[in-house]
Amino acid sequence: MAHSILVFVEQRDGKVKRAGLEALSEAARLGDASAVLVGSGIAALAADAGRAGARKVYVVDEPRFKLYAPEGYARAILLAAQKSGATHLFLAATAMGKDLAPTVAAMAGSAVATDCTGLSSEGDRIVARRPVYAGKMTVQIGFKKSPAVYTLRPNVFPLSRDGNASPAVEELKLTLGEGDLRTLVKEVAATSAGKVELTEASIVVTAGRGLGSPESFKLRDELAAVLGAAVGASRAVVDNGWRPHSEQVGQTGKTVSPNLYIAIAVSGAIQHLAGMSSSKVIVAINKDPDAPIFKVANYGIVGDAFEVVPALTEEFRKVLHH
Amino acid sequence: MILAVCLKRVPDTNARPTVGPDGKSINPQGIEFVINPYDEFAIEEALRIRDKAGSGEVVGVTVDPDGNESILRKALAMGVDRGILVKGGSTFDGAMTAEILAGVLKPLGASLILFGKQAVDSDSCQVPGMVAEHLKVPRATVVTKLEIQGDKVVCRRQIEGSEEVVEMAMPCVVAAQKGLNEPRYPSLKGIMAAKKKPVETKGAPAAEPRIEILKMEPPAPRPPGRIVGRGKDAVPELVRLLRDEAKVL
Repeated sequence: MAHSILVFVEQRDGKVKRAGLEALSEAARLGDASAVLVGSGIAALAADAGRAGARKVYVVDEPRFKLYAPEGYARAILLAAQKSGATHLFLAATAMGKDLAPTVAAMAGSAVATDCTGLSSEGDRIVARRPVYAGKMTVQIGFKKSPAVYTLRPNVFPLSRDGNASPAVEELKLTLGEGDLRTLVKEVAATSAGKVELTEASIVVTAGRGLGSPESFKLRDELAAVLGAAVGASRAVVDNGWRPHSEQVGQTGKTVSPNLYIAIAVSGAIQHLAGMSSSKVIVAINKDPDAPIFKVANYGIVGDAFEVVPALTEEFRKVLHH
Repeated sequence: MILAVCLKRVPDTNARPTVGPDGKSINPQGIEFVINPYDEFAIEEALRIRDKAGSGEVVGVTVDPDGNESILRKALAMGVDRGILVKGGSTFDGAMTAEILAGVLKPLGASLILFGKQAVDSDSCQVPGMVAEHLKVPRATVVTKLEIQGDKVVCRRQIEGSEEVVEMAMPCVVAAQKGLNEPRYPSLKGIMAAKKKPVETKGAPAAEPRIEILKMEPPAPRPPGRIVGRGKDAVPELVRLLRDEAKVL
């Protein structure tokens, strides 16, 4: 029996999130996938969902959903789940998906498997594989209640684009009572335009305390700029106040799985490794040949960051612009 | 005003856990357990709100499968007024924990219920949102700034590359992100005082499991890497390998 899966495809400002389409691609691989779009003025996004594998797209278009509205969005997802008969609900493990999934699950009396990195069909159930202890362990989870709710880690599941760009679309009308929208998102603060988000980036350049001073982080930033990469920092750097916590990679920061992770002058404490060792390719630059970061790195250069990093930036500039 | 802070006992972030004999949990031997680091931001925020108001009570609540009260004592030493220890729940079934917690929190009548944004063992980020739903109150997660304005709470929560400004009526649930404040260390006086502060112990009501852990294992080891070379002379070879061998450029 094919699993019936409904995927919440997140959008902000009328743009779908790639991570939502990755979740949809995975759903289409596992079973019969439909999608739900929630927001205001978003019907045109159904084509994106179709291409990523949705056979049917439910659209909940509601003027009060211009900005994220947790309880309302959760109701919209459950309305679509009811219409589609889905027994599995997928969301991307983004800021919105991680905030929303527990509300959906609590409304449905179910639970969430957060930040899944693997899903497999085993008989009539889907088994979720997910990191715990910040990636120091992995667990396999089975659900005892339906609908099972999963959030899927961005950058892990391959995106497919060969689906039907004109899927069946059904508009759903959500009836909202007085107390149904409890949490009010008033505004989204000005975005740091042009900055690549760490958890979504395909290349991340991180630097550690070995750089010696906050000013030296321009070495990291110049390298990241050439690569179009997001920038990260180790916990020691954040605890010293050199960089904001939003850049911290590791157990009390962000967990990242980019295609390429470059660690500059990062020693590789266990709590840091936990946050980045699921990266596909890791490069380490450190003057200490015994630094633990070399144990997880695919490629390492032993050397002084102040000498190696500018040379690396220059070499990438040559190679990438030819 | 009652401020509730919900706490979880977790392995220290420097711990290197191994799989226990059941194959579904970690071996607790030799592991130091601490207050979940994010929960310390919740405690600190509650203490600051109480102290600024000059009145109110901060109540620490923990649901612990072993009924261990050590983290509550630490919270009391930081300045929390009293504790509620519920023996029950499970490390990974957050939905079950949320149901138990909601049952304890409902009669408490707290105006503000604070959590850490996630526990660093299960990493599920689900209990705050679920508790809010059970109590039918608004909630904000991953909060880096909290302000009380009359009977409203205005928060900033971190999203990709930006922040959302969230407004909620009290009572409400807030899940703290690092950066909300700088948690204090317990003073010697606080540690002494904590010994006399009350901790009420409760049994957990029957709650239904929603998930089961089928297996726990360490992540697959990464294939051994190599040192490409020393100093800047190794740079061209590194870039060549990234392009031609790893194919990530």
